[in-house]
Amino acid sequence: MDFQVVVLAGGFSKKLVPLVSKEVPKALLPVANRPVLSYVLELLEQSNLKDLIVVVEGEHAALLVGGWISGAYVDRLHVEVAAVPEDIGTAGALRAIAHHLTAKDILVVSGDLVSDVPPGAVAAAHRRHNAVVTAMLCSAPVSGPAESGSSGGKDKTKKAGRYNLIGLDRSKQFLLYIATGAELENDLRIQKSILRAVGEMEIRADLIDAHLYAFKRTVLQEILHQKDTFQSLKEDLLPYLVRSQLKSEILLNGAPQPEENGNEKVASQNNQVLLSQILSNSSRPNFHERHELDSYGSAPARRTHKCCVYIASKSKYCARLNSIQAFSDINRDVIGEVNHLSGYSFSAHNNIIHPSAELGSKTTVGPHCMLGEGSQMGDKCSVKRSVIGRHCRIGSNVKIVNSIIMNHVTIGDGCSIQGSVVCSNVQLQERVVLKDCQVGAGFVVIAGGEYKGESLAKKEK
Amino acid sequence: MGAQKKAPTRAVSDDPEDLARVPLQAVLLADSFATRFRPITLERPKVLLPLVNIPMIEYTLAWLESAGVEEVFVFCCAHAKQVTNYLENSQWFSQPKFSVTTIESHNSVSAGDALRLVYERNVIHGDFVLISGDTLSNMSLMRALQEHKERKKKDSNAVMTMVIQRSKPSPITQQSRLGTDGLFVAIDPTTKQLLHYEENTNHLKGTFSIDKMLLVDNTSITLHNDIQDCYIDICSPEVLSLFTDNFDYQHLRRHFLKGLLVDDIMGYKIFTHEIHSSYAARVDNYRGYDTISKDIIQRWTYPLVPDVLSLGNSATKLERRGMYRASEIGQSRSAQIGPLTVIGTGTTIASNTKITNSVVGKGCAIGSNVLIEGSYVWDNVIIEDGCELRHAIVCDGVTMKSGSVLKPGVVLSFKVVIGQNFVVPPYSKVSLLQQPTKQDSDEELEYADNNSDTLDSATGTMDKLNGDSSLEFSEMQHHVSSELGYGGVGYIWSICEGSHEEEWRHSVAPIPAEKLAEITQVIEDDLELVSQDSNAPASSGELKPDSQINAEDDAVYFEKEVEATFLRAVNENVEVDHVILEVNSLRLSYNMQSADCAGAIFHSMMKLALDTTHSTHNELLRNVQNTVNTWQKLLKSYLPGKDEEIEVILKFEEICLESARELSPLFTQILHLLYDKDIITEEAIEDWESEKKDADEADRVFVKQAEIFLQWLREAPEEDDEEDDE
Repeated sequence: MDFQVVVLAGGFSKKLVPLVSKEVPKALLPVANRPVLSYVLELLEQSNLKDLIVVVEGEHAALLVGGWISGAYVDRLHVEVAAVPEDIGTAGALRAIAHHLTAKDILVVSGDLVSDVPPGAVAAAHRRHNAVVTAMLCSAPVSGPAESGSSGGKDKTKKAGRYNLIGLDRSKQFLLYIATGAELENDLRIQKSILRAVGEMEIRADLIDAHLYAFKRTVLQEILHQKDTFQSLKEDLLPYLVRSQLKSEILLNGAPQPEENGNEKVASQNNQVLLSQILSNSSRPNFHERHELDSYGSAPARRTHKCCVYIASKSKYCARLNSIQAFSDINRDVIGEVNHLSGYSFSAHNNIIHPSAELGSKTTVGPHCMLGEGSQMGDKCSVKRSVIGRHCRIGSNVKIVNSIIMNHVTIGDGCSIQGSVVCSNVQLQERVVLKDCQVGAGFVVIAGGEYKGESLAKKEK
Repeated sequence: MGAQKKAPTRAVSDDPEDLARVPLQAVLLADSFATRFRPITLERPKVLLPLVNIPMIEYTLAWLESAGVEEVFVFCCAHAKQVTNYLENSQWFSQPKFSVTTIESHNSVSAGDALRLVYERNVIHGDFVLISGDTLSNMSLMRALQEHKERKKKDSNAVMTMVIQRSKPSPITQQSRLGTDGLFVAIDPTTKQLLHYEENTNHLKGTFSIDKMLLVDNTSITLHNDIQDCYIDICSPEVLSLFTDNFDYQHLRRHFLKGLLVDDIMGYKIFTHEIHSSYAARVDNYRGYDTISKDIIQRWTYPLVPDVLSLGNSATKLERRGMYRASEIGQSRSAQIGPLTVIGTGTTIASNTKITNSVVGKGCAIGSNVLIEGSYVWDNVIIEDGCELRHAIVCDGVTMKSGSVLKPGVVLSFKVVIGQNFVVPPYSKVSLLQQPTKQDSDEELEYADNNSDTLDSATGTMDKLNGDSSLEFSEMQHHVSSELGYGGVGYIWSICEGSHEEEWRHSVAPIPAEKLAEITQVIEDDLELVSQDSNAPASSGELKPDSQINAEDDAVYFEKEVEATFLRAVNENVEVDHVILEVNSLRLSYNMQSADCAGAIFHSMMKLALDTTHSTHNELLRNVQNTVNTWQKLLKSYLPGKDEEIEVILKFEEICLESARELSPLFTQILHLLYDKDIITEEAIEDWESEKKDADEADRVFVKQAEIFLQWLREAPEEDDEEDDE
């Protein structure tokens, strides 16, 4: 396909403390006992996109991620792991590796995406329209059980409506307007020119940007080079492209080969010209439908570039692991609603219990649960809607509901864990009660401790 | 919304009942409350102007009748008598199932006034159709009406359904079609509720903004630029009371619609009904007149076409190539009557005359070798030999003497006489009446009170003129070489400044190519504007033009308030501490930094010094010294650090450059003064200097001026420092 894929795997995201730690960067957080990055990699593999650059923030994290990838995918994918400094933003990360890009089009994927939307479809849409950028959008979070369950999930869906405002044309193929981040706080400001060109624009608040973009390489490199203040793909680069999609036309003549129209204004804006030349180089001489509407009468034909969208169908799953809430949601979804993503085959009870796991007597593991390799559970335990990692030792009379227990966790007798995340190597002594807590790696919770809605982690850092 | 609602049996059984209870009513505004058709409308109301030889109101009434309306209230204001007389003599007063009642008013200046009056009359009992007498349509009302009723049943706040139509989304087509500006609307795609309505009057603004709250309730809205407002509204009776409650509502769209959309307390909702295959359009200006006339000739408006709708006893026949010819036409064999032309009864056309794409009214006498192209010639016009008319409107009773020429866009009002071989310049408007002195073609002024005065006085003149026209005529004939050539009668209206640009937009003449290019240019400028607007902030990372503008506004207000506070303090001898308190509260309410406060206070101080009487620079300097002495404590309290001090210096520069150039020669001295008073530290000055190092020459004026002082600072301070150290 001549697509090069850049996976932005991030580093130690501050939002996910205490789940992430020095040893576990964001990309390696387990979702149904598999690093979250593996979901993206396998998704790409399914679309036969095997030429990847995984960009990780921070050297140490890059080493960890690289180590894991070379172990797991050595013969399946051609992966390069690149380390970039921390906190340079998504656009910064791309800028740092821009010289590695050679293919005609670049697919940029966020490493925390858990989805079953084929990236190949996005790439195809991109090619079909010969777009400068194609963004994948999906319908507002399929929060799955959240709707039936906790009220927290409901709040989230309500909020989700405020993530993006996206303007689409009538055919829902072109991206005409996007408002992100701080812009959402203001009233919408829509360019009249673009509305004039399309006639009708639909503004949607129920779509979220999945952070999967296809870019034209030349354009991407040029913009990254020229707009060196752009930090974020989503908040700077994409809105810029969307805003200027009709602008490039005014700087250039309608002839197929880019040719300045002798306007002095143009000459004075050298940078602009260069940029728009590249932008317009990338669009075919016969422009998209909207543009045809635009080139009426005596008006000179104009140059545009196309910003497209690929809207995933509602039945597809798409979520990003970018918050603790999302982490829990995704884990629950992957072993529940969208279990085909997990890559495991579920038992008749709709759960997965590794053959090597040991269960005590009268211990029940409900549907939508996962019990990892070599884990042991004592008697009279009950597990509902939870993921338990590998080699955990769980005592008797333990209740685990709606929680994620990572690997090598020791849980004493009589513990009750609800809606919580317990990281690797944590020790919960007897009769610990956790509700909506996060316990950082290696933490020890003293016997009888009761916590609600807290984040427990080792002090040293 | 129809699908599940359409359970046909129910709807049908429901509907006749409703209709039986309250006959469907309509309010027809026989006054456009606009001045677009002047000077013609000074003498005859717009609704009686012939559109393809039939008065406009005929079309509207015919449609209302065919759409099932049973009671029409015709609201007349300007030339009310003429409208009433016309209706009384028309077929409409004798229709069995269609009653037409006129409501006369002489002091209404807007549609709002009209509807308030209708409300007072208490004649409307149910849903009604609101339409103006210059609207042409062949749509079926049933669907729209039914939708309206269904909605009303479910939600009593759904008070109005607006009929819209899709058009091509381009300013050029919009402009060249009906001569109206583009319309920006936002509609909820599922419920078809109207959420935003903006007439594109402001060409300069490149963006339009939508209340973000709209998206909280709706997950999706559609924005349209491809919508044409048909000006046909189905209203619930509440609309009338709304007009009464909000006595400031004047314009149907600009005030009423906006008012309802903005006001979410009452929660009234407006919905849209889109028509797809029917025709609806309103004659808003001359260009619309031209376009709609052509649409009628080309039968888009069927059944509202000349041969079906012909008035009186004269039958008009449709011939090949869009030719309509009434009976009793005297046409010379050598005359060429081109395609898409309508010729009225009793008109005679002499030899070698060529008429194309035009409408000629009844009883005209057209000489030989006349060229009429794309023009509208009304009744009883005399066109002598060798005249040329291109894209002109010629009203009743006009005489064009031989050889006269009408350039594109000319409008000749009633009974004007054009002198021999006279060439009427393009876009001129000629009338027997003098141009009202208080000409207010400006849209915004349309509702000003004086408007009605003008109108009345004009009408008065007209009546007088009608009364003893013979006298007037003879009077006029005296100065035979009038401004319309030898033997011409009438005044060419001067085009006032503002509307000059508008003339080509709204005339019957096709838009000249260069103007089209201009429109395109405007769009491109728009684009450029937008891109600049978005580029500048984008380079600094985030795009927030809006907040920037606000911030600037705020800063200006803040500065003004601080100044006011300061001056009051000076005049009333308020204690410094109190002033500080007041300024602090201002600072909090405007969310300003102390640097802003310092800048504002410094600004006020300098202004005070300037305002204090002085004649020489030295006196001014003394003033400054005094002020600084008195108020240094105030200023200092806002100067916690270097950054604020730099801000003061920058502010000072700004003052010197912009508001008070008088101070600029004193820049160095005052800076020195501030330094001496310890208001500004030397670090701040140095930083200021280094900050300016890379600036443009223009920005460095004051750095240069202060060069000596800076030099001195650089050398002297070491000693200071040492002293301090000791």
